[in-house]
Amino acid sequence: MPNMSINGVTIDDTFAEAFGMRATAIVITAPSRKWARQAAITMTGFATSVIGCGCEAAIDLDLPPSATPDGRPGCRVMIFAMGTDELQKQLLNRVGQCVLTSPGSACFAGLQGSAELKLGSALRYFGDGWQISKKIGDRHFWRIPVMDGEFLCEATTGLTKEAVGGGNFFVMAQSSASALAAAEAAVGAIGMVPGAIVPFPGGIARSGSKIGGKYKGMIASANEAYAPTLRGVVASELGPDINAVLEIVIDGETNDAVAAAMKAGIKAVIELGPKRGAVRISAGNYGGKLGKFIYSLKDMLP
Amino acid sequence: MKALTFTLVAEPPERLDLSPLTPERLAGIERRDVERIQIGMTKHGSKVGDIFRVAGSDPTNIVFEGGSTRLDLVAQGMRGGSVRLVGNAGAQAGRAMRGGKLTIEGNAGPHAGSGMRGGRLEITGNAGDHLGAPLVGELAGMNGGVLIVRGKAGAFAADRMRRGLIAVLKGSGDHAGSRMIAGSLVVAGGTGEMPGYLMRRGSILLDRTPARMSPSFVECGAPESVFAAIIDRYLIAEGILKRPLLGSAPRKYGGDNAVLGMGEVLFPR
Repeated sequence: MPNMSINGVTIDDTFAEAFGMRATAIVITAPSRKWARQAAITMTGFATSVIGCGCEAAIDLDLPPSATPDGRPGCRVMIFAMGTDELQKQLLNRVGQCVLTSPGSACFAGLQGSAELKLGSALRYFGDGWQISKKIGDRHFWRIPVMDGEFLCEATTGLTKEAVGGGNFFVMAQSSASALAAAEAAVGAIGMVPGAIVPFPGGIARSGSKIGGKYKGMIASANEAYAPTLRGVVASELGPDINAVLEIVIDGETNDAVAAAMKAGIKAVIELGPKRGAVRISAGNYGGKLGKFIYSLKDMLP
Repeated sequence: MKALTFTLVAEPPERLDLSPLTPERLAGIERRDVERIQIGMTKHGSKVGDIFRVAGSDPTNIVFEGGSTRLDLVAQGMRGGSVRLVGNAGAQAGRAMRGGKLTIEGNAGPHAGSGMRGGRLEITGNAGDHLGAPLVGELAGMNGGVLIVRGKAGAFAADRMRRGLIAVLKGSGDHAGSRMIAGSLVVAGGTGEMPGYLMRRGSILLDRTPARMSPSFVECGAPESVFAAIIDRYLIAEGILKRPLLGSAPRKYGGDNAVLGMGEVLFPR
């Protein structure tokens, strides 16, 4: 139970538990930042949790024109899944339906990994015979004719097996507004960490779950120990001062990226302080038996 | 180790076949044995020692000091390392190269880079006809690698090219990119008659509107092109050009519709 306090914010003596995942990344560019982000946001929609979406995806970083292959504004998007086949399927469906279709877009590999995933080398068939293969230096591109010119797409992107999914922490506050302020501060800080994403809406989950449930077929269900309205009737984790809990779930390219993101997020929450933000920080785990990766909150402090 | 250097003593009395003098074929050969390699192509039968003064010992770094239009097949089939010729080259310089770097600091004769499959060939002067092109009877020309001509190229540059990049920086002769199968040909400084004559696929990228294009090429618009940005940036990053060639929305002509018609000629608006 709580044993540490920094800047008035209590830090639970607990840990987050995370799992190994497969991940890939792509760089999407467009004529403007607005349209690069639009393509990226569209393709990462409905990608909050592998439980129901098949993958977890979000924008990792906005890239300035100087950091993209074609000199236009871009975004690096990361996609996480439990297996390579599912990741490949999600990547092609999402790029094919959301990036190929987005005005002025182009799509490049965003990761050099241990293996390759098909990108343009599968999407090229949209060209119906008019697609053009171009090898420039050591990179291979496909040019696919579309109605505003050409969709240029790198043939493959990388896959990493070193990715970690499910790094997390809870922010607990006296009001919903304070909890949201703390969570937003954390998401803002994590946005600066390369190689880490927060896939839930705006980076924040309010329906943190436990495994299983009383109903048959439920993979996950309400985590009543953290629901403030059940504080009195169940074995609650919440003290009398807590009326809202929000969870930040983090997926990272590597173990280090998840740790860096947790540190950045927790630092932002602590700096915001208990008056405007959270009074307490905790984390979700399964007793340490299921996950390969453990992030002890006391190691994540600023 | 110092570069293995072949200094030309006098103008050769006959055409020479320099294909034995590549990093691969000279590896592990003693200098006195190198001097005994026959390179003459007539009854003179000149040996290396008759033509060149040999110095140095590193076969992965070969230098020819002094050139002649009689030096044929320089670095033929090389796979790695570096060969530098200070002077002019004869026919088929860098023929069938697969890797490594060949630099000719002078002019090259016909069929330079013929059938290249990889590596980088740079000619600081002019190149003759049939740059990168196949020899008689061969189905495809250049099949990979990068071929740069800082001066002019003759007729039929990139003939039957299949893969890779050829860049000619001071203009090419007639029928540049004729019968191209795929790949990219960059020509700055103007082209002669009918660039892309009978090309099937592939890209011919120009710095200006071609003066005399075949009527079997058709206008295909000028939308914004990411490919143009990528190739412009690549050419500058590789030190091939100093300024963008195509710009953001080049004009496109598709052809040659006398054959398959899936090739393109791109040039800035």
